[in-house]
Amino acid sequence: MTAPATQEPLVEMNNIKVAFGGVHAVDDVSVSVDAGEVLAIVGGNGAGKTTLIRTLSGAHPADSGEIKIDGKHVTINNPRDAKEFGVETIYQTLALAENQDAASNMFLGRELRSRWGTLDDTAMEDATRKMMARLNPKFQNFRVPVQSLSGGQRQSIAIAKALYFNARIIIMDEPTAALGPMETAQVAELIIQLKSEGIGIFLISHDIHDVFDLADRIAVMHTGNLAGIVNKADVTKDEVLAMIIMGKQASDVTESDLEELH
Amino acid sequence: MTDTKNPQDLAPDTPPQDPGEGSESSGSGVHSIGDFFRVAEIDTRLLGMIAALAVIWIGFNILSGGTFLTSRNLWNLSVQTSVVAIMATGMVLVIVTRNIDLSVGSALAAVGMAMAILQAEILPDIFGIGSPWIWITTIIAGLILGAAIGLLQGAVVAYVGVPSFIVTLGGLLVWRGVAWWMASGRTIAPMDRTFQIFGGGARGTIGGTWTWIIGIAGCIGVVLLLWNRRRARIRVGFEPRPMWAEIMIGAVAIIAILGAVAVINSYPMPELLARRYAEENNIAWPEGGLTIPLGLATPVLVTIVVALLMNFVATRTRYGRYVYAIGGNPEAANLAGIKTRWTIVKTFMIMGLLVGIAAGVQIARLNAATSGLGTLTELYVIAAAVIGGTSLSGGVGTIPGAILGALVMQSLVSGMVLLGLDAPLQDIIVGIVLVVAVALDSWYRRRVSQ
Repeated sequence: MTAPATQEPLVEMNNIKVAFGGVHAVDDVSVSVDAGEVLAIVGGNGAGKTTLIRTLSGAHPADSGEIKIDGKHVTINNPRDAKEFGVETIYQTLALAENQDAASNMFLGRELRSRWGTLDDTAMEDATRKMMARLNPKFQNFRVPVQSLSGGQRQSIAIAKALYFNARIIIMDEPTAALGPMETAQVAELIIQLKSEGIGIFLISHDIHDVFDLADRIAVMHTGNLAGIVNKADVTKDEVLAMIIMGKQASDVTESDLEELH
Repeated sequence: MTDTKNPQDLAPDTPPQDPGEGSESSGSGVHSIGDFFRVAEIDTRLLGMIAALAVIWIGFNILSGGTFLTSRNLWNLSVQTSVVAIMATGMVLVIVTRNIDLSVGSALAAVGMAMAILQAEILPDIFGIGSPWIWITTIIAGLILGAAIGLLQGAVVAYVGVPSFIVTLGGLLVWRGVAWWMASGRTIAPMDRTFQIFGGGARGTIGGTWTWIIGIAGCIGVVLLLWNRRRARIRVGFEPRPMWAEIMIGAVAIIAILGAVAVINSYPMPELLARRYAEENNIAWPEGGLTIPLGLATPVLVTIVVALLMNFVATRTRYGRYVYAIGGNPEAANLAGIKTRWTIVKTFMIMGLLVGIAAGVQIARLNAATSGLGTLTELYVIAAAVIGGTSLSGGVGTIPGAILGALVMQSLVSGMVLLGLDAPLQDIIVGIVLVVAVALDSWYRRRVSQ
C-alpha cells in the first residue's frame, strides 16, 4: 500500500457497513478516489461491490460508516442527495424507464421546464441530440421508447444521463458487461477522457480483465470485506485474481497460490 | 431489424433512413399507408379506436333502423358517458403506475351520499333554502371528501405497502357500507335547484350560442397548439411535421369539433320546455313551434374540461412524466431521485378528486342519492381505461384513449338498450367485447414491437 495522497481525496468512504438481516454484505470497508483517478472495485459474485457503491449513489443507505466529499462529511440518504454532491451512477441494469424515449430518460427527475413550469420536451430533445452526437453519433432513434433500442444504444443513453449534469464522481457498475468489443473500446476511451477532465471514477467489475488496463488502483472485495487495495503498477493480473478468489492481501499471495490458479 | 436484437451496435451501421429506425420524421417519401401515418405522426392505435367506434355507431344505426345516429340519441349518449369518462381519466394514471382502484364505484356512492345529505338536510338550515352557498359548499365538500379517500388509500398502498388491489377491494366494501350507514339506506332527494345543473337535465345545458362559442374556441386552440409545436421544433432545428400533414390534422380536428357542435345543436328543447323558455324570455310562440337548441349538457362540459386538464397533467407536467416513469420501471424512477411513493399517493388523490366530481354529476343527474349509487361503475371505469389502450402491466395509457374507451362502452350499452336487448345479454356482450378489445390491442402491440 502506498502512502495516501498529500491532498484530500475527492471521495472517501470510511468504515462502511451494510447488513441484510444477519448477513454482512459490506463489513467495515474503506475506499477513496482522487480527482482524475480510476478506482476499480473487483470481486466475485456476492463480494459486496455493488452494495458498497449503492451507499454512495444513495440507492441504499449504509448502516454505519462515513462518506466524505472534498474532505467534508456528507449524508446521502437517497439518490437525490447523491446527485446534489455530483455523484452520478451508471447502473448495471442501466435503470432506464423502458416506456420512455431517450430525452425523457436522460432528464428523468431533472426535467427542463418552460417558463410556465410545463415540460420543455423540445429543449430536452435538443440537448439529448447534442449529447448523443458526442457519445454515439449514429444514434437516431430519439422518439421511440428505449425498450425498442439495442443494448449498446441503451447503454449510451445511460452514460449520457450520467454525464450531462456535470458529474464530479461517476460510478460505473459493470459498464461493459452487455457490450461487444467495439463499444467496450468506446467506453474505455470515454473513461480516459473523463479522467483527464478530473472526474473521479469508481469502476466495478467481477472480471479483472475488464478493468485492469483502465484502473489506477484496484480494490479487491471478498465476501463483504476488503481484501486489499493495490496500485495497479505494483501487481499483475494473476495476483489480483488470486486476491479475488482467495481474499488474501497481495503480499500474502504465494507462488503456489498462483500455480493453483492455472 | 437487426439492431433491435444485436447488442453489438453502440454505433449501428444501418443507414438512418431505414424504415425500421422508428418514428424519425425524416424527409423520406410516402410509399405506403404506414409511411403516411408515420410521417404525419398520427397515433394509429387511437385511429383504430375511432374506426371501431365508427363501426359500432354505424352498425347500431343500421340495426336500429336509423335511430342510433340521431342528434337526440347522440346528445343522450354524451351525457350518459360523462360519469364513467370523468373517472376513467384518473383510472388511466392509477393503472399506469401499476396499481388499480376497485373502490371508485363505492367511493362515488359514499361521496355522493354525503353531498346529497349536505345539500338536502344540513346546509339549507344554515344558509337558507336556495342560497348559492349550498351548491358551492356541497361541491367543495365533495372534492375534499373524494381526495381524502384517495389520500387514505394511496398512503396505505405507497407507505404501508399493501397491494392496491387489496386496499381498494377493502375500500369497495367499506365505502359502500359507509354510504348505506350515512342515511340508513334512505334515498336522499331532491337536490339543490342550482346544483341540478351539473346533471345536465332540462336546465343543465349551456344553449346553442355558447356551444358554438366553445366549439370555435376549441378550433382556435387546435390551431394554436399545432402552430406552437411547429415553431418550437423549427426554433431548435428539428424537422417539423410536413406542412400538408399539419393542415390535414388541423382540418380534421376542426371539422370534428364543428361537426360535434352542429350535431349537438340540432337537438332542440322538448316543446314543453321551449314554451316555458319562450314565456320567460317574452318570445311569442310561433305557429310551427320554436326550435331552440339545448346545446352542450353541463356534465359533458365538465368532462371536456376534466379531460383537457388531465391530458395536460399527464403529458406536460413533471408529475405526469413521473407517473409514466414509475409504470415503466419503478426502480429506475426511484434511482432517478423521483419520490415514487408520494407520486403514487398523489395519483390516488387525483382519482379521489375525480370521484368527487363524478359523484356530483351523478346525484345531480338522478336528482337523488341512494346507497346503491355507482354499483359496478368501477368495472366500467376500468374497462373504459383498458379498452382505451391502458396496459394493466403499467407504463402505457392515454387520456384521449380512456375517453374513447368510455364512449365505446357507453355506445354499446345504449345501442343495445335501443335495440331492446335483455339486460343479461347486454352484460354478456359487454364482457366479450372487453376481452376481444384487449386481445386485439395486445396483438397489435406485439406486431408493432417486432
